[in-house]
Amino acid sequence: MKVSLSWLKDHLETEASLDQIVDALTRIGLEVEGVEDPSAKLGGFRIARILTAAPHPQADKLQVLTVDSGDGTPLQVVCGAPNARAGLVGIFGQPGAIVPSNGMELRVAAIRGVESNGMMCSLRELELGESHDGIVELPADAPIGTLYAEHAGLADPVVDVAITPNRQDCMGVRGIARDLAAAGLGKLKPLDVPAIKAKTPAPLGIATLDPEGCPAFFARAVLGVTNGASPDWMQRRLLSVGQRPISALVDITNYVMFDLGRPLHVYDLAKLTGGLVARKATAGESVLALNGKSYTLDETMTVIADDVHVHDIGGIMGGEHSGASEATTDVLIECAYFTPEAIARTGGKLGLTSDARARFERGVDPAFLADGLAIATRLVTEICGGKPTQAIEAGEPPLGRHTFRYDPAATQRIAGIEVPADRQRAILQSLGFGIDGSWTLSVPSWRRDVDGVADIVEEIVRIEGLDSVPSVALPRADGVARPTATPEQKLERAMRRAAAARGLDEAITWSFLSEADADAFGGAAWTLANPISADMKAMRPSMLPGLAAAARRNRARGASSVRLFEIGRRYLKDGERPTLGLLLVGDRAARDWRSGKATGFDALDAKAEVVALLTAAGAPADRLQVMEATAPIWHPGRSASLRLGPKTILAELGELHPSLLKTLDLDGPAVAAEIYLDAIPARRESGRMRPAFAPPALQAVTRDFAFVAPRTLPADSLLRAIRGADKAAIVDVALFDIFGGAGLAEDEASLAVAVTLQPGEKSFTDAELQAISAKIVAAAAKAGAKLRG
Amino acid sequence: MTDTETQQAELVGAIAAAPDAESLEAIRISALGKSGSITALLKTLGAMSPEERQEKAPAIQSLRTAVADAIAARKAALDGAALDARLASERLDMTLPVAATPQGSIHPVSQVMDELAEIFADLGFAVATGPEIEDDWHNFTALNIPETHPARAMHDTFYFPDVDAEDRKMLLRTHTSPVQIRAMTQTPPPIRIIAPGRVYRSDSDATHTPMFHQVEGLVIDRGIHLGHLRWTLETFLKAFFERDDIVLRLRPSYFPFTEPSVEVDVGYSVEKGRRVIGGDPTGPNGGWMEVLGSGMVHSKVITAVGLDPAEWQGFAFGCGIDRLAMLKYGMDDLRPFFDGDLRWLRHYGFRALDIPTLSAGVGA
Repeated sequence: MKVSLSWLKDHLETEASLDQIVDALTRIGLEVEGVEDPSAKLGGFRIARILTAAPHPQADKLQVLTVDSGDGTPLQVVCGAPNARAGLVGIFGQPGAIVPSNGMELRVAAIRGVESNGMMCSLRELELGESHDGIVELPADAPIGTLYAEHAGLADPVVDVAITPNRQDCMGVRGIARDLAAAGLGKLKPLDVPAIKAKTPAPLGIATLDPEGCPAFFARAVLGVTNGASPDWMQRRLLSVGQRPISALVDITNYVMFDLGRPLHVYDLAKLTGGLVARKATAGESVLALNGKSYTLDETMTVIADDVHVHDIGGIMGGEHSGASEATTDVLIECAYFTPEAIARTGGKLGLTSDARARFERGVDPAFLADGLAIATRLVTEICGGKPTQAIEAGEPPLGRHTFRYDPAATQRIAGIEVPADRQRAILQSLGFGIDGSWTLSVPSWRRDVDGVADIVEEIVRIEGLDSVPSVALPRADGVARPTATPEQKLERAMRRAAAARGLDEAITWSFLSEADADAFGGAAWTLANPISADMKAMRPSMLPGLAAAARRNRARGASSVRLFEIGRRYLKDGERPTLGLLLVGDRAARDWRSGKATGFDALDAKAEVVALLTAAGAPADRLQVMEATAPIWHPGRSASLRLGPKTILAELGELHPSLLKTLDLDGPAVAAEIYLDAIPARRESGRMRPAFAPPALQAVTRDFAFVAPRTLPADSLLRAIRGADKAAIVDVALFDIFGGAGLAEDEASLAVAVTLQPGEKSFTDAELQAISAKIVAAAAKAGAKLRG
Repeated sequence: MTDTETQQAELVGAIAAAPDAESLEAIRISALGKSGSITALLKTLGAMSPEERQEKAPAIQSLRTAVADAIAARKAALDGAALDARLASERLDMTLPVAATPQGSIHPVSQVMDELAEIFADLGFAVATGPEIEDDWHNFTALNIPETHPARAMHDTFYFPDVDAEDRKMLLRTHTSPVQIRAMTQTPPPIRIIAPGRVYRSDSDATHTPMFHQVEGLVIDRGIHLGHLRWTLETFLKAFFERDDIVLRLRPSYFPFTEPSVEVDVGYSVEKGRRVIGGDPTGPNGGWMEVLGSGMVHSKVITAVGLDPAEWQGFAFGCGIDRLAMLKYGMDDLRPFFDGDLRWLRHYGFRALDIPTLSAGVGA
């Protein structure tokens, strides 16, 4: 909402400076977004007289003028305007001036061989109006040489105020003035509401058949008007707030809307057939609106219609057919009350915004229909002439007077500031509230937003000044702050820091992706109805597609090794699952003088990360079972799931399936993992005390074994079998070599294992060691591996 | 000179002249070995009478000791020289580059969330979470946002075609405020929580992304008023930005779920050509920056969650985490936050062990 200082002063008697007003507006909740002086852009445009006009020697449509711009030296100016002629007083742009409409700087230049020292301007070039038929013609006595902006009184700063959605009353200049007066910036002038005397009855009937959408429809006809241009003062005001003047009748409705927050509509009576009714549209009915677009309506929308046509999308936009034109002589001024919720619904469905909608949907003052109509009528008769007829009123505006009890102590209780009761009373009265002796408040009709004690406190506090709210410490629990993190939060933090410590970079990627990407990862459970683009339509079922896209971008930027992880949610039908995804692409190690050629990541690198992270999370990594992966995204032979028991999958990992890499447009090798954080068993809290430290008294002994096994034998089953051979004595089994080739069958491998044996009270005897070895060999044989001879 | 003295002088001379370990060992065997000359002399002691032994033994023993000592000394010298010679040949170019282990990084949003958790833990706030796929009751209705509010429109809010069991429309939460509702419906007051997380709005330009992060704060207790809100925000912002010269400007505003509603501006100043939070907002190039929305929780919201507004009141606030990160750490574009560009992550990210703590400071 823009308001110029002079316009504000129509309603506010004040000595305050612009700065004081701007400060006060922001302080009371009418945030100033900017202050602009429209005259600033018209520097360099002066009033000038054309002394002579002669045809241009080279061009039929141009004239060569001499222009007196006030400094005594006539200037030669080339001009293409058809109305340029000797004696005309207009607006001259001197070299160096910047044309507002196109931002071009005027220069001395030759136009078709004739030097031109500036430009005679049209209204549109100066952004002062639409007219581009010719150059501006000012009255002959306009002071030559004066800056036009100064002469026209354009040096009037305009304040742009952000109006919060609850403050419809401030979507008119008068409402802003009222708030400023309450804030002590001056006095609100009384509003002059004329009594319109008319004997002629209205020439048509009106009715509202839709009391839900349009509870009140007031109107008055004015007969015999002339719809020319509106007066300069009105045009200037409208331009100052960014509204282009159209015609006197339209400008008047806009003026009343910006001045008093009261939207109106004017119908050309000659275009109407029969009376006007407010009714619900019939489904499929359409109307060509004033913006030149046609809208198809449905049965929830309120329209104003005559016997034949819809003429108005009620409260949102008038129809083209019956709008006021130059030929209009008889008009009907509509001043109605449209229900905010209905306006919002209709406007939303049609995707149609307008200044009227903005006001009606926030709720205009329901007690200001008759007065608003009277003020508009007076403006019409003053500016366009004509005779008013009697006002006609259909329906009742919802006036329900809102009253409630208020306790001035509430200000201290809610806002923490002490404001004396008398001061509170004065503030509320200046805002238009009625207060009786027992503090029963009646809310002014224009303050639809106020309905409870907290609202009143807000009014008091914003006028008194929020900055007077003292800083009061929250009560603090005794002692050191208590820990607040939940086990889940601690788990996430531990895994995040562990992953970064292991050399992975944390990314945050979009929660949504394309349906195709989602399908490649099992399909999305959630798909947006109104995505911003097809690439952001489906909620991710996996952490990996987002990481893969990030990896692809990094590879395209030349990164040879990408290690990314993300902790976030997968969005499944049954809930949002906290998940850590990690992706390793490219080189595990770059080529190096010590290690030689670069090596790529393989699936076991992903396993190493997962085991390390699970260990960091406190999961029982030693009890993990390695089983087949379940998702089809993996290379079938180079992937696994890590489980605790057959049903609890803690992680899936492996090399991404080559055909998936192709879909993702990602160059491999690419290995990845997902760790399902909600599957990790909670750590049992058993106090801070550790068990007593009791290292074994005797040194452990190590025995090496080599087994020959088919290559299809999973190493883990051999190691587990050995570990289980003597649970008391065997404390560790380590695989230290895998060897194939010489002396072995094609499909066999030799596995070298170091077994650590821990004696208890006494050292092992040779016989005991032999017995354990025999058990180990037997267990290995049972698992399918024979001792190498 | 006696025989033994002559013998000692000869042997010690030969030992000192021994050029290497082998010749030294040969001398040792010839003198002290089983059939060595000194061993032979020692053997003669057994056949002597006690008187004779008493007379001869000291010289023989002394000869043996002197020769053994000389051999040990020579051996040490030869070993030392051999080690020196070996070390001289064992040079490693210590200027050679060593392979660096990959350095990971923590995303600024995660880091700032940890900072928030640490600061607010000290003020007694726990961290709460809620679903991102929300229903319109929690996201709008319970927050006193009417059916026709523009924020509910399709051009602001992402909707799913789905409805939940109670026929509520499912959507992507547009703010973290529904966590307020969940906290109040699930936990009896008093309540002190912050709720950081992802939020979504149908918006995309240089300063808006369709997904971003917010943190919500909520205090519900008896006797909580705007003064407590002011203190909490001042305390938080000073701790977060690690400056004491932070000034707040409270402005009346409007949010459907708070009443009174307060927009919070923070003073900024310009240091080394960059805008920083803190300093004198009225100084050269200083000013106010909008960073937080807040207010007293609306009595309709308190009622909607089943509490008695006559007994319980409190405040709520919300602000963008990405924005807090940008203001503190100097990023000027939001979009790279979600791109996963390794160069950006390493430039703006944090080391694994940069864990915010009160004792070490919450910034890194």
